[in-house]
Parts: sequence; structure tokens; C-alpha cells
Amino acid sequence: MTFGTKRAGALTALAVTVALVATGCAASDDGGSGGGGDGGDNLAITFLPKNLGNPYFDTSSAGGKEAVESFDGTFAEVGPTEAAPDAQVSFINTLTQQGVGGIVVSANDPEAICDALNEARDAGIKVVTFDSDTNPDCRDLFINQATAEGIAKVQVDLIADQIGGAGEIAILSATANATNQNAWIDLMKDYLASDYPDITLVDTVYGDDDDQTSFDKTAALLQTYPELKGIISPTTVGISAAARYLSTSEFKGKVALTGLGTPNQMRDFVEDGTVTAFALWNPSDLGYLAAFAAKALITGEITGAKGDTFEAGKLGSFEVGDGGTVLLGDPYVFDADNIGDFDF
Amino acid sequence: MSRLAHLLKARETGIALALVLVVVATTVKNPAFLFSSDGWRDLLLTPSILMLVAVGQAIVIITRNVDLSVGSVVGLSAYLTGRVFIDLPGIPWPLVFVIGLVFGGLLGLVNGALVAFAKVPALVITLGTLYVYRGINVMWTGSDRINSSDMPREFLALGTSSFLFVPWLTIIALIVLVAAGWFLRTQRAGRELYAIGSDPAAAHLYGLRVTQRVLAAFVVCGALAGLAGVLYAARYGTVNSQAGSGWELDAVGAAVIGGVAIFGGSGTVWGAAIGAYLLLTINRALPVIGVQDFWQRAVVGVLILGAIVLDRVLAVRQSRRLTEARNR
Amino acid sequence: MTTTDASAPARVYRDYAHPLWRRLLFTREAAIVVLLVLVYAVAAASVRNFAAPITITYLLLDVAAILFIALPMTLVIITGEIDLSVASIVGLSSVTLGTLHQAGLPIEAAGTVAILVGVVAGAINGFFITVVGLPSLAVTIGTLALFRGLAVGLLGTTAVTDFTEFWTDLAKSKIPGTPIPSVMIVFVVLAIAFAVLLHFTPFGRGIFAIGLSSEAARFSGVKVEQTKFILFVLSGAVSALAGIYYTLRFGSARGDNATGLELSVIAAVLLGGVSIFGGRGNILGVIAGVLLIGILGSALRLANVTSDVINIITGALLVASVVSTSVLAWVHRKRIGAGIKKGPPAPAQD
Repeated sequence: MTFGTKRAGALTALAVTVALVATGCAASDDGGSGGGGDGGDNLAITFLPKNLGNPYFDTSSAGGKEAVESFDGTFAEVGPTEAAPDAQVSFINTLTQQGVGGIVVSANDPEAICDALNEARDAGIKVVTFDSDTNPDCRDLFINQATAEGIAKVQVDLIADQIGGAGEIAILSATANATNQNAWIDLMKDYLASDYPDITLVDTVYGDDDDQTSFDKTAALLQTYPELKGIISPTTVGISAAARYLSTSEFKGKVALTGLGTPNQMRDFVEDGTVTAFALWNPSDLGYLAAFAAKALITGEITGAKGDTFEAGKLGSFEVGDGGTVLLGDPYVFDADNIGDFDF
Repeated sequence: MSRLAHLLKARETGIALALVLVVVATTVKNPAFLFSSDGWRDLLLTPSILMLVAVGQAIVIITRNVDLSVGSVVGLSAYLTGRVFIDLPGIPWPLVFVIGLVFGGLLGLVNGALVAFAKVPALVITLGTLYVYRGINVMWTGSDRINSSDMPREFLALGTSSFLFVPWLTIIALIVLVAAGWFLRTQRAGRELYAIGSDPAAAHLYGLRVTQRVLAAFVVCGALAGLAGVLYAARYGTVNSQAGSGWELDAVGAAVIGGVAIFGGSGTVWGAAIGAYLLLTINRALPVIGVQDFWQRAVVGVLILGAIVLDRVLAVRQSRRLTEARNR
Repeated sequence: MTTTDASAPARVYRDYAHPLWRRLLFTREAAIVVLLVLVYAVAAASVRNFAAPITITYLLLDVAAILFIALPMTLVIITGEIDLSVASIVGLSSVTLGTLHQAGLPIEAAGTVAILVGVVAGAINGFFITVVGLPSLAVTIGTLALFRGLAVGLLGTTAVTDFTEFWTDLAKSKIPGTPIPSVMIVFVVLAIAFAVLLHFTPFGRGIFAIGLSSEAARFSGVKVEQTKFILFVLSGAVSALAGIYYTLRFGSARGDNATGLELSVIAAVLLGGVSIFGGRGNILGVIAGVLLIGILGSALRLANVTSDVINIITGALLVASVVSTSVLAWVHRKRIGAGIKKGPPAPAQD
């Protein structure tokens, strides 16, 4: 026993050591971290999405990669496998230690990653949030895909149009704490109350940006509210899961569905009539713009103050607005007529 | 004892009654829960995938082991299903079920071999393989995902369509359940699993082939989780690297609710199956009854506690009755 | 490196047949400590930026919650029981702290109530396990769902974030002049308390006795139920304390805080040489186990290894650690059984 465990320990130690040396060597090969920073601009920009394996963020990171490569920076993407805020913190800490030039992050929680981001900024790293913001005082810039009012309005208008301006609707959101989703939902409620008094919002459920959960929640919604006329899902994971459920259910064509989705995920459902129209911006452009914003901060072209302008490659020039936000543009509505023109 | 009296005393009867109560109460509140084509379909369909996993889990728990890696096996097998359709276009879709079963069985074999031959606790081993299998899944999947357009329509239709008002997936799950129930109840090897779970040392001394039986239980559990992965792909049509995560506790919970004793040696796969149905039906019924989304987990927790307390009370009463009978 | 005299029949007795220094030196715990030092040295030498003091700070901040919960978990597992509800108690305590602080209570008062909530949660576990006599695995799977459901239900979509700067800064502060977070002071005090309780008191000997055989322990006068009940209450209280730290560190009280942490804690405890069957383990090994998983994760992340690979390595390490012990013990028994005492045992199949 005693002799045995010692041997076992030594063997395991050896195995782990070998693994570490291997990864260590590999790490020093690909460098990952620019590490520079004294005088030269450190254009190592790392994207930290809410979670990996989410097609929306795959698209935005691809846009970021294209941008970073266009100005000869070093692109990397890291992230947790599940959308948990504490997981993002350890990744931010690691990036701080590696001394990257910029972090481009979509926040799972507006507060939980704040201190970690501020430590990164104290170490000279520029922090750009995109898609989902943190508190304004722990980042340099926020790249806003569209104004929250615009996003809320377009979804409410779409659903009102599809259900004839009256009836019961429900919302299928992402996680209960998602900054952006909650802001939109609040605005949707206000807008519904002011412009569409005949529409009642009966429930808001949370699919946690998890496909299976969203699918089952959709089923539960339709069971619970037999009078339901429409569903708004302001998240790409939710809308595609809801569309999949609807497409094989008796409610297909009777219950309208709209929200924010990507054309590739929604193509089949627009073609088979489950969904009439939905909205989004181009996530690839969003990532592209965020990368250029990070570069402009790193090179000192801008400081993030209101009124600063910077060039974002193929997208042209952008100006920093109130609260350190940069606006990508208006949401774009996809329907059967134009969905064939897009591939993301 | 007459057959009817036996049925009334069975643990599974109580759980089944609870399930009926839930369905009746919810239907009274909202008839669509049962009397609409979607309601009927989802009632049968939603729990059938978990039921497969719970049946496998029950077999392992009966041998006084536990398999925490089932959720990761479901995820890996679901992703494999999608990959098979992408990489081997034109493969006849029924073959995928065989692939899923074999693949899951192999993963179960790894668990079983480590547990049975190395004589180490199943909880530790399967906790380790939970991490390893999920890690492999994430590594293999990366940020890729399987979309419904990657799979043949017939296969996806299987996930939602019905035969004589019973969804196909439920039929598959029921066939597995009946086979497992029959085997455990009537076959020698099946009865030996109970003997091993009641007292592994005694079973060994008696000459039962404990190692082989435990190994087989893990292989079956893995194979059923693998099959569940195939059904997951058919039902949900989208598979990412997180499919099936967290199912291990649901599966153990379903078995425990269904009266499978966590220390082995007693319980049936029927109970585990009803437990799975009760767990997920409660989940679907709560919003209809008007319980807020967020409180559902708490209700599930109370349910699990209630089930094991009830189990204990019945066991105490039973032993008291036996003692009285002996003293008479 | 000496070979052992392979003559004593039973493992348990043989462990005590050696002088104390040998018992401390050649154990599984020692192997884990050696491994920990090795991994640290290799990482410092080969992973860029790992040797910086800030690594220690981040590492300890990250694993602090796991370190806290691992202490009572060690005692619980040594008695042959398990507590799967710890992470849910973290969430419940986080929500308690958040809602009460929002209602105007100062952190000190809200924190006290949060710890009381943890005590009550632990007592609920203890009641079902010791008074009703149910298996702890089943009970704590139930309370895992129950406590998490309460936490999420109480706070819904909101997260409480307006904590006083003083407290959130304190949770992240370092001991002046060192890279070590202040929270470690609390941990060291707790660790010493638990180590003394487990290794140097009759109560602790009772814990081991229960793990080896609860019947025998009962006959030799150990209050089995009472001991277990106390341990589950301790587990609840310490988990709640970890919940307070967790909340203040991230400055955010949410119902889903620390979801899934229970598996990390149990993995670390088992890696630290505690037997899941009960009766074996010590605090030092567990602390080393937690740090080992933490350091591996931190070094691999710095080396740009993705989280999936880190999970695979963690899992494989856990499996290897128990299997190698078991295989070597078996080889050892074979050698004794055959009466052959020559040649080294075969290497483990890692």
C-alpha cells in the first residue's frame, strides 16, 4: 500500500509533468500573448464570448478575426463552455497575466466580471464590450448592435403586425440575468403598453440560451396559454428552438413567432411558413467593429471619450456616443424575400 | 397474496398514482394539457428520453453502484449521431440506432471495467469519466453544432411523429423498458444483480460472477444512454457540445423517486421509468398550474425528498409487519 | 525510497505499524503533495507568466470557495456519507445576503443570517439522514434541487449588486506585502480548526470509526447519529460562508451562483486521498488536492489550453489516482499471497 501509492504518485506526477511540458512548449510556440507593450502597440486582441459553441458568437468572432488579421494583429478566442459569469472571470484573469493588448467581451453578468476587467485595465489592457454590456465604469467602450429602443420596437412591431395588433403574447428569453435581454424586455413592456394596448404580455420564460431548455419551455408556453397568439424570443438560441418546436406542432401557422435570429438557423422555418419575419443585425459586422474599436484604443487613436471618431476598415468611420458606446446601426428585418441573400 | 393486493402494495403503484394525480389536476386546470394533439404527444414524448437513461441507471444502482457519466454519454452519442449523418451521407438511418447503442456500450464498458476490475468506487470513477467524456465532447464538437438540416427528414420525423397516437420515441423507450423489466424479474442473471446489490460479499462467496455482472450492468447503462443520445438528436434536431449536461442527477433522481434504493438490492426499472415521467411531467405541469418558472426546481427537490421518505416509512412498516408475523 | 515489509495481514493495521514519520511520509497524501510541488515547478519553468506572484493571487481567489467547502466535505466523506447540496447552499446564502442587504441590513447582519440559513439547510440534510435514516446521496440530490430552487425562486431575474465597496474590496484584498488574498487568513484558521477536530480529538476519532464501521463505532460508544448531524450542519454553515465570500468577490448575488461547484469539491476531496467508502483521509491531502486541480487549471489556461482539455485532465487524474492505488494494492496482495518477496511490483497502468 504505502510503497504502491508512492509509485502511483510518482507515475501520475510524471504523466502530468509530461503533459505540462508538452503544452508549455506548445504555448511558447504559438505565443498567444503579444507580451510586448513597451513602446510598440500590442495588437494581441482576444475575444471572450458568453460561451463557446454558440453560432451567434461564432459569427461575431469570425468577423473579429477578419478585422484583426486585416491590421496584422494577433487574434485569439477563449471562453467558457457554459454561460456562467464566474467562469468568465478566470479567463479575464488569465488574459491579464498574459498581457494581451485588448479584450473584447460579451458579458454574462454586468457586475460579476467588473473587477476582473478593471484589473485588466489597470494592467494597461483595453477593454471593449460588445453585444451585452457591463457597468460603464469597467470598460473603455461598448459596441452596441443597435439601440435598445430600436431592438425592442422592431420586435414588438413585427409581432403586432403578425397577430393583427391584439391578443396574448409571451417572451422566451435567454438567462434570467442577461443584461441585454432584460433591458429589451423592459422596453418592450413599455412600448406595448403605450402603443399596443390590446396586446397582453402573459408570461416571460427563460430558456437559459440552452437549446433543449428553450425547446421544452416553448412546449410549456403553448400548453399553458391556449389563447396565445405570438411569441417573441430575443435570443438566437431561443428563437430557433421555438421555431423547431412550432414547425412540428398543431400551432404551426396559428401562433406567430418572431425575435432575434440568424438567417442560417431560421432559413428552413421561414421557408416552411413557421416564421414570417424576424430581426437581427450582422453579428459578423459587430465583431469586426469591436475589433477595430479595440485597435483604435490600443494605438491611442481614440480614448473612448464622446465625439472621438475612428476608422473601422470596410465599415467606414464611427463616432463614440454617450456613455462610451458606439452604435453599429439599426436592426435589420429578415423575411422570405431577402433571407436568401445572407449566409451567416 | 392475491395479485391485486400485491399490486396495491407495490412501491411503483404509489408513484404511478402521484403521476396520475398530477396529470388529472393539470388537465382540470387546462384541458389542453391532455386533450390536444400536442399535449398528448408531449406528455408521452418529453420524458421518454430520460426514461431510457433512468432505466439504465436503475440497473446500475440495483448492483449497489452509480453511474454519474450518463449525461456526458448522452451528449457524445447525440453528437456522434449528427456526425454520422454528415460524414456518411446516405447511411440508412436505422443503422444509427445500432451505432449509438454500441458506442454508448463501449463508454459504459470503460466505466464498468474500471469499477469491476480495479475494485474502486463507482461514484469516483464515473465522476472522473463525467469530466473526461464531456471534455472529449467539447474538444470534438468545438464550436460546431449539428443542425436539423444536417439530418435526414425521416430520422427527424421519427422524433416527433406518432404511431397510433403513441410517439415513436415512446414506443422505443417502452420496448426497452419491457425487455429490461422482464429480464430483471425472471432471468437468473437479472435476479443475481439484486443479490449482488443486497450483499456483494455474500454474493461473491456464494459463487456469483460479481465482476462480470457489474460490468454488464455498466455496459447496459452506457448503451441505453447512447441510445438516448440518438433519440435526443432526433427529438431536438440541434446538438451542441452541452447536450445532456446535468442529466446524471435527473436520472439518479428519477430512479430514487421510483423506489430504487440507492444502496442497491431493491427497486425495479418500472419504478425508475415512472419516476422519470413524474419528474418531467411535474416540470411541464407547474407552469400550467401557475407556479412561476423559478420555483420548479424547488418542487422537484421536495418531490425527491417525499419519495424517499415514503419509501422509508413503507419499509419500516413492512419490517414491523414481518416481525409481528414471526412472533405470532 | 525503502520497500515496505510485506508481512502484516490487514492494510488498516499495517498503516499504524510504522513510526509516525513513516506514516506521514509514505502515504497517498504525501504523493499528492509531491505531485503538487512538481506540477508547480514544471509550470513555473515552462509556462510563460506562470511564475508571477499575481498567479498565486488569482489562483487562491478562484479556489477559495472550493477550499472552504472541502473542509467539512472531507469529514462528511470520511464518515461514509456525502453532501451534494453544498453548491446550492452557496447559492441560497448568496441570495439571502443579497436580498437582506438590499432591504437595508448591513453586511455583518445579513451575513450572519446567511450563515444561519446555511446552518438550517445543513440541519435539514442532517435531519433526513440521521433522524429519518435515509441515504445521504439520495437526500442531498433532493436538497440540491430544493435549495437551488429556493435560491433562484427568491431572486428571480434580478441580481443584487450594490454591495458596499469596503466589503467587496475586502473579499479581493491581499495581505499587505504578499500576493496572498486576505480570505486565506479565514481559511487557514478554519483549516487548522478542522484538522484539529479531525485528527486530535475524540470526536474526530469517532468520525474515522464511523467510516470504518458504524456498527462497531456505535458499540464502542460513538454517538453516530449525533456526529453525522453535526457534520452536516457544519457543512451547511461553511458552504454558506463560502457563499458570502463568493457573492462579495464577484459583487453579485444571484440565484445561480456556483452552480455545479459540488462536483469540483468532491473531485478535489477524492483526489486528496479521502476514501469514498469512508474511514480514510486527512485535511492536508485534501488541501493539496484542491490546489493541484487549481494549479493545473491555471497553468493550462495560461498555456492557452482550452477548458475542455482541462476537464479531461482533471477527470483522468481523478480516475488514475484511485485506480493506481487499487491496482498497486492488488499487486501487493498478490505478492504476499504468493509468498514471493522479490522483484519490484509491476508499474500501474495509468
